[in-house]
Amino acid sequence: MKELLALMGFGIVMAAVPLFVSSGFALNIIIMTLYAALLGQAWNILAGFGGQFSFGHAVFFGTGAYVAAVLQVRFGWNAWAALPAAVALGAAVGALVGALSFRYGLRGSYFALVTLAFAEVFRILSNTFEFTGAGVGMMIPLTESAADFQFASRAGFLYVILAFTLIACLVTWWLKHSRYGAWLQAIRDNEESAAALGVNVFRVKLGAIMISGALMAAGGVFYTQYFHYIDPHIAYGPGVSVEALLGPIVGGMGTLFGPLLGAAALHLLGELTRSLMGDAPGVSLMTYGLVLVLMVTFLPRGIIGLFSGRAAPAKPEEARRA
Amino acid sequence: MLEVRGISISFGGLKAVEDVSLLLKEGTIASLIGPNGAGKSTLFALVSGFLKPLRGSARFLGKDITGLPPHEICRRGMVRTFQIVQPFAAQTVRENVAVGAHLHHRNRREALARAEAVATRVGLAGQLDKLASSLTIAGRKRLELARALAAEPRLLLLDEVLAGLNPQEINEMLPVIRAIRDSGITVLMIEHVMQAVMSLSEYTWVLNYGSLIAQGTPAEISNNPQVIEAYLGRGTAERLRREAAGA
Repeated sequence: MKELLALMGFGIVMAAVPLFVSSGFALNIIIMTLYAALLGQAWNILAGFGGQFSFGHAVFFGTGAYVAAVLQVRFGWNAWAALPAAVALGAAVGALVGALSFRYGLRGSYFALVTLAFAEVFRILSNTFEFTGAGVGMMIPLTESAADFQFASRAGFLYVILAFTLIACLVTWWLKHSRYGAWLQAIRDNEESAAALGVNVFRVKLGAIMISGALMAAGGVFYTQYFHYIDPHIAYGPGVSVEALLGPIVGGMGTLFGPLLGAAALHLLGELTRSLMGDAPGVSLMTYGLVLVLMVTFLPRGIIGLFSGRAAPAKPEEARRA
Repeated sequence: MLEVRGISISFGGLKAVEDVSLLLKEGTIASLIGPNGAGKSTLFALVSGFLKPLRGSARFLGKDITGLPPHEICRRGMVRTFQIVQPFAAQTVRENVAVGAHLHHRNRREALARAEAVATRVGLAGQLDKLASSLTIAGRKRLELARALAAEPRLLLLDEVLAGLNPQEINEMLPVIRAIRDSGITVLMIEHVMQAVMSLSEYTWVLNYGSLIAQGTPAEISNNPQVIEAYLGRGTAERLRREAAGA
């Protein structure tokens, strides 16, 4: 209950921001932070709660982004109508990747490698076919009308991404308080024990990767609508996959607020380095890398681990050894 | 209750379990003993679905369960524990046990309440909110037992729940296991602690090199020359008998 109140408070504060802030620059930072929080929460559901570490979450993101763009440009769909289709396809790609890798019992780094490979395959495919604009990418027509999921002001985008992020958080909250979530976390900590207690390991993992894929796809749709442009590297490149895992690892995996905290911390840091070091290319990436190494070494439970006695799970290796 | 017929499996050239048949009666505590590497845990894995047998079959509550996946067998009422305890280390005792309780209770609150009741039954009441990783070995063995019990089994397969415990801890566990049987759950246990086998079990099977070499009540078993040789070496039974006669 406390968590739900905190989420509500967070939603209200964020929703009130455009009333007081009109600077496009500041609003953009908040939007991009919420967007990173959405991707992080999607990854967190599969990795933080399910223990399946994906290094290719771009495969779901890119699918959402491309479905939105293709349906609008090639088929003349309305963007709002394309949203559920994109989310459904994100879940379907999740089912495909999950069915193939979980059926054959891939875990740990093998699963990470397979997801990475899937993202690469999709990147090459989207780079090849004329249908997806090949290497040139796709531009969606600019209309700036709320009916087309485009907004003249940034406030509109802020409300949409806030809604997406809150939905992702509610799903995570449900995981913490439901049988399904208990099963998923049991699988994370020990698959054999979970199976011995009647948990259908394959089906539960498949559900998690589908939920995660659906939320990533929603992030992809948002990206397309916000930037009006998508290409194979943006959609399926490793950048998005890294962005999705960075937030939860820094903030605290397997927790409700970890991905939000992580996204906020990383974006603050990113802006800070940008203002200190100028736009020297790669500096923010280097700081991200450094932060990641420091976090994993000294604060494996993330920022949230500083505040609570438990909450974040031990790393799966530790759990197995214990 | 459980009927195993000619079950076999090999790993490479090693016949880990070879043509084992047994019939377990409802409402008893029975045990499976044998030297290290005799195939006891492998037999558990075969019966509970973690391994698929090469030949043979297993029937549980009158239905064929050969080759079913573990979660399906668990749903039918046969729950196993692991010799090497495998707690959900990052979760509390209460949460660990609740995973078992969720098998029959969808509601989270209900499952947590059941978990508390079951944990109390095995003597974990004081440690409900501790992380599983912080428990001692004895505590983890109890947790393993509690999780399995929470799944409300008809048949409980216990894989060395007493191993690694000191004599006092063993004495505390014996009545717990007896109480489980008295509550209507059939128990089949793998055990090395002979004191427990003798005092608890009503029927015993002995495995050696993957094959059944003897079965009967614990008293019959302990006088069986084949069993003595399996444990103490060839010729021992003969020598013991001679010594007894000479004395």
